[in-house]
Amino acid sequence: MTDDPIRRVLDGHARLPVSAWALGDGDNLYEAGMTSHASVNVMLGLEDTFEVEFPERLLRKATFSSIASIRAAIEELIASPAT
Amino acid sequence: MISGDTAKLAPTERAHVIADTIVRPTADDVDASARFPHESLAAIREARLLSTMIPAKFGGEGTSFRETGGVVEQLARGCASTAMIYAMHQVQVACLVRHALAGGGPGYLREVAAGELLLASATSEVGIGGDIRSSLCAVEINGDQFVLLKNAPVVSYGQFADALLVTARRKPDSAPSDQVLVLCERSGLELAQTGTWETLGLRGTCSPPFSISASGSTSRIFEQPFADILAQTMHPVSHALWASVWLGMATEAYNVARRYIQEQARRSVGRIPPEATRLAELATAHHQLVTLVHAATERLDAADAADLAAASSQVEMNAVKVAASTLVVDIVGQAMLITGMAGYRTNSECSLGRLLRDAYGTKIMINNDRIMANSAHLLLTVRS
Repeated sequence: MTDDPIRRVLDGHARLPVSAWALGDGDNLYEAGMTSHASVNVMLGLEDTFEVEFPERLLRKATFSSIASIRAAIEELIASPAT
Repeated sequence: MISGDTAKLAPTERAHVIADTIVRPTADDVDASARFPHESLAAIREARLLSTMIPAKFGGEGTSFRETGGVVEQLARGCASTAMIYAMHQVQVACLVRHALAGGGPGYLREVAAGELLLASATSEVGIGGDIRSSLCAVEINGDQFVLLKNAPVVSYGQFADALLVTARRKPDSAPSDQVLVLCERSGLELAQTGTWETLGLRGTCSPPFSISASGSTSRIFEQPFADILAQTMHPVSHALWASVWLGMATEAYNVARRYIQEQARRSVGRIPPEATRLAELATAHHQLVTLVHAATERLDAADAADLAAASSQVEMNAVKVAASTLVVDIVGQAMLITGMAGYRTNSECSLGRLLRDAYGTKIMINNDRIMANSAHLLLTVRS
């Protein structure tokens, strides 16, 4: 697998019992053991890595529930950062 | 005990009558013996106040959070422990009203209403350091039955409840944070008390540690993850209804101080007692608390679930808990200064000792320091 900055952030901050590289894009991160406390750190790590800021409407549990949902949110933010 | 006329009153008015006739007269004995307030709970049941928040179509009265908070306040004027038990019960009822059991349908709510059942909870666990969003114990499922073993450090009135709402990991290989909420009914429940409840205040809540062994139908497991139930209902409703307890306690202290000053004024008509200025300050603090708490219960009635789960809302409800528990300690302390020796005595009409001891418990149950740390974390995500 090539480099994946999202998985790097998850390995750094999600405090999962397994590496994010062992998870599929659609796997539920909360069921994998990410706490809501850890998800805040994941959000901060993603904002730092991708130089974006999650707006209020994306700050919900669903946004951080899987690697795929995070990727969709990041792609959307990079495409139109102002909304 | 409850006359026919009383039964026709609004829930808050029924609670007012019970508080004056049964709850307050028994409160000192409940406190002294750290015993369950049986008489008060019998009166609450008889007045059908345990089911009041259940929708009318399922056998309750569909009272709002604002009205339910009003009932809590009235009971707290008489006995903080009784009001805490009532408030904690209503938090569990709110979870059942707003979140479906896997079995679906309102069957259990009808049972609660028909039997005026008392619900308790066991969310903390020995070995997790007070973080209720983490469990060691897990639900084990065999066919359509579950089994659950949990060591709980505190289970308020667990011995006297008809059912417990218990958190656990979804299954034996789930992560600590992947939790479900399970309705454990008395018929499938074994509670072994593993310690005592000898505390400074809130003694009537009877909250010793228990080793819980529960079994039942898998239809009694809540559908939604516990994280969602906590964020949308249990967290905000707990803080708003507990704050309603603190408000009722503060109102009682305020009334004691006011009556004391008026008595002093009658003895020397024309001269305002020197402590009266302090009473005016107390009235100001009390008014702040009234406004704060009523806004919180009104917000629960107005907001939808997703709104309440937002970080900004959680910070707000945390603020209500911390501010209300701080204000109640200040207010009871002020009342003690105003009443002086009369309030300090344990055998006068102005005795404030029990209220003072109960008031300190409010900062400790879900410790304010923990709540502020949680808010500090949440504030990292609040935008606009």
